[in-house]
Amino acid sequence: MTVADRTITAPEETLALPAGPAIARRPLGVFSRPQGSEGWQSWLFTVDHKRIGIMYGAAALFFFLVGGAEALFIRLQLAVPNGSVIGAGTYNGVFTMHGVTMIFLVAMPMAAAFANYLLPLQIGARDVAFPRLNAFSFWCFLAGGLLLTSSMLIGGWFQNVPDGGWFNYAPNSGLLFSPHKGIDFYAVGLQITGIASLVSSINLIVTVLNMRTRGMSLFRMPVLTWMLLITQFLLLFAIPVITVALFLLMFDRLWDANFFNVAAGADPLLWQHLFWIFGHPEVYILVLPAFGIVSEIIPTFSRKPIFGYNFMVASGIAIGFMGWGVWAHHMFTSGVGPLAVAAFSVSTMFIAVPTGVKVLNWLATMYGGRLRFTTPMLYAVGVVSMFTIGGLSGVTHSIAPSDTQQTDTYYVVAHFHYVIFGGIILGLFGGLHFWWPKIFGYMLDEGWGKAAFWVILIGFNLTFGPMHILGLQGMSRRIATYRADEGFAFWNMVATVGAFVIAAGVAMLLWNIYKSTRDWKRAGRPDVGPDPWDARSLEWMTASPAPEHNFDREIEVEGQDEFWHRKYGRDESGRVVRAATASEIAHDGSNTKVHLPSPSYWPIVLSGGILLVGYGLIYNLWLVAAGMVLLVGAMYGWILEPADDPEAAGHHGEHEDGRDDGGRDDEEAVTVG
Amino acid sequence: MADTMAAEAATHSAPREEHRTSTGISNEKLAMWVFLGSECLLFGGLISTYMFNKGRIGPGDIGPADVFDIPFTSVSSFVLLMSSLTMVFAVSSIVRGDLRGNRIWLATTAALGATFVAGQVYEFTAFYSEGLGFTTNLFGSSFYALTGFHGAHVTIGIIMLMSLFVMSLRGNLGPERAEKVEIIGLYWHFVDIVWIVIFTIVYLFPQ
Repeated sequence: MTVADRTITAPEETLALPAGPAIARRPLGVFSRPQGSEGWQSWLFTVDHKRIGIMYGAAALFFFLVGGAEALFIRLQLAVPNGSVIGAGTYNGVFTMHGVTMIFLVAMPMAAAFANYLLPLQIGARDVAFPRLNAFSFWCFLAGGLLLTSSMLIGGWFQNVPDGGWFNYAPNSGLLFSPHKGIDFYAVGLQITGIASLVSSINLIVTVLNMRTRGMSLFRMPVLTWMLLITQFLLLFAIPVITVALFLLMFDRLWDANFFNVAAGADPLLWQHLFWIFGHPEVYILVLPAFGIVSEIIPTFSRKPIFGYNFMVASGIAIGFMGWGVWAHHMFTSGVGPLAVAAFSVSTMFIAVPTGVKVLNWLATMYGGRLRFTTPMLYAVGVVSMFTIGGLSGVTHSIAPSDTQQTDTYYVVAHFHYVIFGGIILGLFGGLHFWWPKIFGYMLDEGWGKAAFWVILIGFNLTFGPMHILGLQGMSRRIATYRADEGFAFWNMVATVGAFVIAAGVAMLLWNIYKSTRDWKRAGRPDVGPDPWDARSLEWMTASPAPEHNFDREIEVEGQDEFWHRKYGRDESGRVVRAATASEIAHDGSNTKVHLPSPSYWPIVLSGGILLVGYGLIYNLWLVAAGMVLLVGAMYGWILEPADDPEAAGHHGEHEDGRDDGGRDDEEAVTVG
Repeated sequence: MADTMAAEAATHSAPREEHRTSTGISNEKLAMWVFLGSECLLFGGLISTYMFNKGRIGPGDIGPADVFDIPFTSVSSFVLLMSSLTMVFAVSSIVRGDLRGNRIWLATTAALGATFVAGQVYEFTAFYSEGLGFTTNLFGSSFYALTGFHGAHVTIGIIMLMSLFVMSLRGNLGPERAEKVEIIGLYWHFVDIVWIVIFTIVYLFPQ
């Protein structure tokens, strides 16, 4: 950060290399860096956090459509008794891939999209701490996602697909019960996305802790930044636990180890513990970014600062800690013993407290505010209400005797869809509408946006509301069909209709994106201005779309909601009055002298190596060797490439200071890769 | 203006000037600390798995008491612990600007680490010949996974130390890059500390 600013204030002095001579040789002439900001290459080799954020978002939307199609097949199969749309075997694969896709390939990367795009902007930084590692995180995630998704196609339609459910309990996941390669895809694919999440979490933690602009103390950061920071810490500590579990599973399946081999005396509870020690923090990994997004949207459209900022942050931190002490409530019926059940019941009740604090603070923020029900605000209010329903049904699970009845019924399915769809997906869609003008420079159509919201909300309640009833009636989850005399037919049909209403709503949302883009282009691409919503945090203080270098000058922050307080002051009687317009304060992006990191070939090449290793582990160890060659080669390329390509200097400004990327994060990359 | 320029130039010659970060810790060093935090959970998971599984072998099965050679492993553990000391010498020598000393200590550290890994290879071979394979029983799977994982970490550390050594030989590792050595040192010390835990829990706890 600071180097970029010094570049602005005194361009000459960065010519002095502060870190000794950068390694600028080009062995064999191949270690130059790619150049240019146009065309497809500028996306493949970019290290710009904003482009990486957009790519995360696009990939997540793609996987959302895949996971959504899977959901529709589930609902078609269950629409009427004795359904025969897809067979029981395929059904297992479809619901497994639906869960895995929606959690690992939609909710997590869509949150990563906002984290990548917004974190540096919200703290006034020029980029993340390690831009190349950031690009690597995205490509590695995409490699893992494509590997997982390809399992539906390779070797025949749904022949080698993971089919053990998203939590994939042992020993059902062993070779004995699951002889095809589906579980291998699961184990390898999730390890690859895990590497991506781990690298990304390290990068973003360092970014938030280290790259804040002057005056941006921790307790002046926007609530979204805080929630994303807590999320990254949860990822940092949760990912290695599932990595261990997946490693053990892989060893069992590929090399005959005994970790989950009951015949050799293994206890399958080991998998459940390892999985849920990851799995419950994972719930907060998913939901905290959405909470952060809601905490940005509601103050903006209530024209009030967030109520109880300190409580908001502290409750997020509390959730981050307590999230580690509730995992066994997923295992009440697995025989963990009465003491454990009692302890985890109590801790599960307790974790509702900080979550409740958040809900009450959102309500208090809206109370007495001048509310504007724009599309993002509708989504945010939707989160507050729908998530509360999901949260309350979650509290019912903390009562172990009742949970014992509900385990593995549709009541659980209803609960976590109210949390994941009603809390997370609605929140992310709200963020999509809220930041769209910042990211792309034009607004999404409000009429279509609101219509899509209502259709999605109604469809959502039609789909998942009845599942509470079905669950309490005793309908088991993960069954491919049910008999007519069981009495489940009516509500299942309602849920299926609801699912197609959601699909229609999502189609309207996509149509809105298409239509708004087309209209904007037809109208000659009018400028939306830096701050179309009259918002509060720093990302609105630069041009829309955010210029490649983010800010023209270093921003000195004096308090929370810095941008708002620059726009508004108080007159003698204490009334809020406008002091300046947004475009007077916001940077226009005209500074072309800011030093930017050069693009790099190696993040995508390294990820390609990992992808080869992944397929190799499943199919042929020779492919692993080839992947390792590519991987090691990419690491050497990474380390040896010049900090900045002298020939690329024209585009990125004149300076060569070797800062931020190039030759610094190499050793970490070796250990991570 | 000229004064500020001179002042800027003066600060540039200070070794860590470029790391003007919010916390005062460089990005690279902070990233290593954060990464090591994550590694704690990785080894935590593996150690828990070992403890969960070690009692779960049949009565006649080959177990820890049948294969462990405590004196041998104690010596190789001692060698690894000594490598932490030489790592400290490597960092302190480069901070003082003693590049030759730095190369000697880096090479010594790598050599001690390699001795440890060689000891582990020997140990694995001996255990295997006594009938304990990776697939033999739960103890075998858990033991080899945990110690093998640690051995892989030591090996990666050796590669990084050797990379520093080569950089130094080629004149690319002066005192201004002392922090690189320090960061790799953090990793190295972490791997050593993990071994203390593993050695205690796996080898020394009553079987």
